Amino acid sequence: MSSERDVRKETRLWFGPQHPGVTGNMSVELWLQGDTIQRGITHVGYLHRGFEKLMERRTFIQSFPIVCRICVPEPDTNEYLLAKGLERIAGIEDDVPERARWIRTLTLEMARLAATLMVLGGHVGSMGLGPVPQWMMTLRDYVLDSFEELSGHRIYHMYIVYGGVRRDLPDGFAGRLEKALAAIEERLPWIDRLMFENAVFRKRAIGVGYVPPEWVDEMALSGPIVRAMGIARDIRKDYPYEVYPELDFDVITEEGSDIFARARVRRREIEQSISLIRQMLERMPKDGPFCLTMPSLMHWRIEKGQTYVRAEASRGEMGYFVVTDGSDKVRRVNVRGPSYVHGVSLLERMLPGTNISDLSTTMVSLQTCPPEIER
Amino acid sequence: MGLKHVITPFSAWVRAFTKPYTVPEAKTMRPGAPRYRGWHINDTDRCVGCGTCADICQNEAIDMVEVDEPVKGDAGLRPRVDYGRCCWCALCVDVCPSGSLGMSNEYVWVDGDADVFRYTPGVDRKAWDESEDGWRKEDGFHLFDPERVPMPHLDPVERVKTWAEVVIGYAEDEARREASRCVQCGLCIAACPARMHIPDYIAAIRDGDDAEAVRIIYDNNPMPEMCGKVCTRNCEKVCSIGVKGEPIAIRWLKRYATERFDDLKTVVDVGRTDEGKGHSVAIVGGGPSGFTAAYYLALRGFAVTIYDELPKLGGATYFGIPKYRFPVPSLDKQIQLLEEAGVRIITDHRVEADEFARLRSECLAVFVGTGLMKPYRLGAEGEDLAGVIFALEFLRDYHVDRPVEIGEKVVVVGGGNVAIDAARLARRLGADVTISYRRREIDMPADEEEIEDARAEAVEVITQSIPLRVERREGGGLTYVWGPAEMLPAEGPGKRPRPQLIEGVEHRLDVDRVIVAIGQGPDLGWMGDETAHGVGDKRGWISTNEFGETAVDGIFAGGDLVNPVADAISAIADGLRAVDGIVRRAEGK
Repeated sequence: MSSERDVRKETRLWFGPQHPGVTGNMSVELWLQGDTIQRGITHVGYLHRGFEKLMERRTFIQSFPIVCRICVPEPDTNEYLLAKGLERIAGIEDDVPERARWIRTLTLEMARLAATLMVLGGHVGSMGLGPVPQWMMTLRDYVLDSFEELSGHRIYHMYIVYGGVRRDLPDGFAGRLEKALAAIEERLPWIDRLMFENAVFRKRAIGVGYVPPEWVDEMALSGPIVRAMGIARDIRKDYPYEVYPELDFDVITEEGSDIFARARVRRREIEQSISLIRQMLERMPKDGPFCLTMPSLMHWRIEKGQTYVRAEASRGEMGYFVVTDGSDKVRRVNVRGPSYVHGVSLLERMLPGTNISDLSTTMVSLQTCPPEIER
Repeated sequence: MGLKHVITPFSAWVRAFTKPYTVPEAKTMRPGAPRYRGWHINDTDRCVGCGTCADICQNEAIDMVEVDEPVKGDAGLRPRVDYGRCCWCALCVDVCPSGSLGMSNEYVWVDGDADVFRYTPGVDRKAWDESEDGWRKEDGFHLFDPERVPMPHLDPVERVKTWAEVVIGYAEDEARREASRCVQCGLCIAACPARMHIPDYIAAIRDGDDAEAVRIIYDNNPMPEMCGKVCTRNCEKVCSIGVKGEPIAIRWLKRYATERFDDLKTVVDVGRTDEGKGHSVAIVGGGPSGFTAAYYLALRGFAVTIYDELPKLGGATYFGIPKYRFPVPSLDKQIQLLEEAGVRIITDHRVEADEFARLRSECLAVFVGTGLMKPYRLGAEGEDLAGVIFALEFLRDYHVDRPVEIGEKVVVVGGGNVAIDAARLARRLGADVTISYRRREIDMPADEEEIEDARAEAVEVITQSIPLRVERREGGGLTYVWGPAEMLPAEGPGKRPRPQLIEGVEHRLDVDRVIVAIGQGPDLGWMGDETAHGVGDKRGWISTNEFGETAVDGIFAGGDLVNPVADAISAIADGLRAVDGIVRRAEGK
């Protein structure tokens, strides 16, 4: 009689919002039977700052410093997309100087590198293996130092702006960035040894956190999650933007669609980003304007229009739906962040049957960025 | 998965002996990057207090606080930054028109008192004030275009053959583009003698509402098309954007707005109030000061009559400014609106002593704005010879269609705007023109742009040349004899360097006419000696109080007679002052 009662007993558990195993500030409400999750509901909103609404009350140039906050680890994609969307509606997309396009792409790839370094460490960090995330934060610091030199800040760069970028590359920047890349490359084999060749990680990642390929189109999944299923989907190739068509790279795929495969994709994308950055440093025009001079960005008015622009963020498809009404403010901006799909819908669908000890790693491997869910 | 995967991870212990990249303490061990966005610094000498930084700050982290008395071109305010709100985006630095605001690369500052994190950079001294590194305004990224939209001009070779306006004027898109460069700081308002609402009408032009712009302009300037074409533009000299870039083309924008409408009464409301209670006011002299007083007094319900001895109102803007700068139809448009406002206009009529006395007795007030009509004499031998003429008379005769004869070669003596106008007019009449001026070119009181235009039209300028005498030449014509001068340092603050004749050297220039343009003075003889002595000093200059009233009860004055600046916009300001004075008089104050 007692055993019958135990089987039916369901524990309700709040996981987060303050929890080292949760990616950012969000929480998951779990119903457990033993240590197996029966179902779960995500609760977001802890990081809601109303970016989209704020932008409707601020002039275009005043909106520019806000959007970087929509994703803390990878702000540049947001800066790029807002700029791109408004430039497209204003009809000045093609007037952005050549050098600006190269520097923008360089920044986007540096951001991907920094974001991927951080999340890759999280895969094993969530299992309690401390050194890897600590190394990864160090390696990320190399990139942040480069960002600091380029944009004046480490996290919120506020660098890609309407018409181009805000400053030219500093003298000797390419050389110093190359040094940072070399330092990162030097450490990667150690990451392999400690992480990918680690019995604990392999045992807890291979076959865990499986996402069936049928869900891809059903749920509009994107990014490393999809590429870890062997599906070559990458906006940089599928809907090429800025200077990506001129760069030499292949879409990285892995088989398995589990935590391990997603980690492998990210591990290889670090090398890909490094290679892309090197190509850009070598091939970008050596001089020329880095920003379009407009009569006034302060009083910029954009005719009525709307557009959707997208870019491949480290987490997947990042998109901005931008509407203007002829005034000096946006009428509406809707941010399509990959985390909304991955961190809410996909996670809830994956939860039933998952062991609670795998939850953190699963969430990390979906690379959820909560401020992007709750703009 | 095998034994390898159990053992390999332990190899990472080797890394324990390598030097870490991260640092334990940022403050001493890691300075910010050369372009770091750290605590603000401000070069308070360069800052003009325009407040554009506070305008652009979306967090409202910047307040403009009073640190000094406002002066022309400096609001006396400086930005105070509240770091409880600042998000370090540095838009304030990038927008700063003077380039005074910057950010140091200092980023660590620890204090237990939260209030210290709000200070006025450059005024409240900080350790990083002298920091060479940090975020600064740089070329290549601009929140507004530092260069003005170029104004198209007629080609110099073509334009000397015609009377067409030299300046073509902005097209609509050019005007919108130029207007959108304005940061709306308002430093220009304080510099404009008439306190025109410049940022407001520029914003209206920017937003595509030209009619509203004209209405705003007409708030305190009834001759905007004239100002839009020939104003001395004190506003542009203090424009905050002009500190580092090219000032907003305020004058051309005003011109653009007024030129958009052929009939101003469709735009401007000339409805009258009843403050004047039907009192009569007589205005002697139809120049900018009288014109202004007439227009606004009429709007406020006075019965205004304006008298002028020339066939048209406008004073010096009518007979003095050449038509390639300010064509007659532009003037007519403004006169038409003056009539619409209900002003009685009597031209070709010189008021003399008797009539003036009658007007004084009949009217609540009379306003005198007769300008400077007595040209200064050269003071050199031979100046009374036939062929030596005054520029003022030359310009006037030409514009009122009296015959003028200038021959083939002309020298204009002087360096003011009248000299340049006479030279360019003579050029259009087909003469070869030389300007002879005592000082250096930078000392010339004429507008720099005008000097350039004259040069482009092949007017020769001889500087540091002192007229010695004029001689009659055998077989007709004159010889202008001049000696070179060297410049002596100025004799005290506010004085200009003085030219000193180099003795013993003489240059000769054969000409048909010598046009004297070395200035002009007042002449109040027409109002009768007794009144004239009461109103003006012994040379004829008039002093007024803050309401434009002279020492004689009921006589107000303005324009060049009163105002040593002697430009149209300060004459308009005099007119506005007199309007206030006359309204007060009507109220019995």
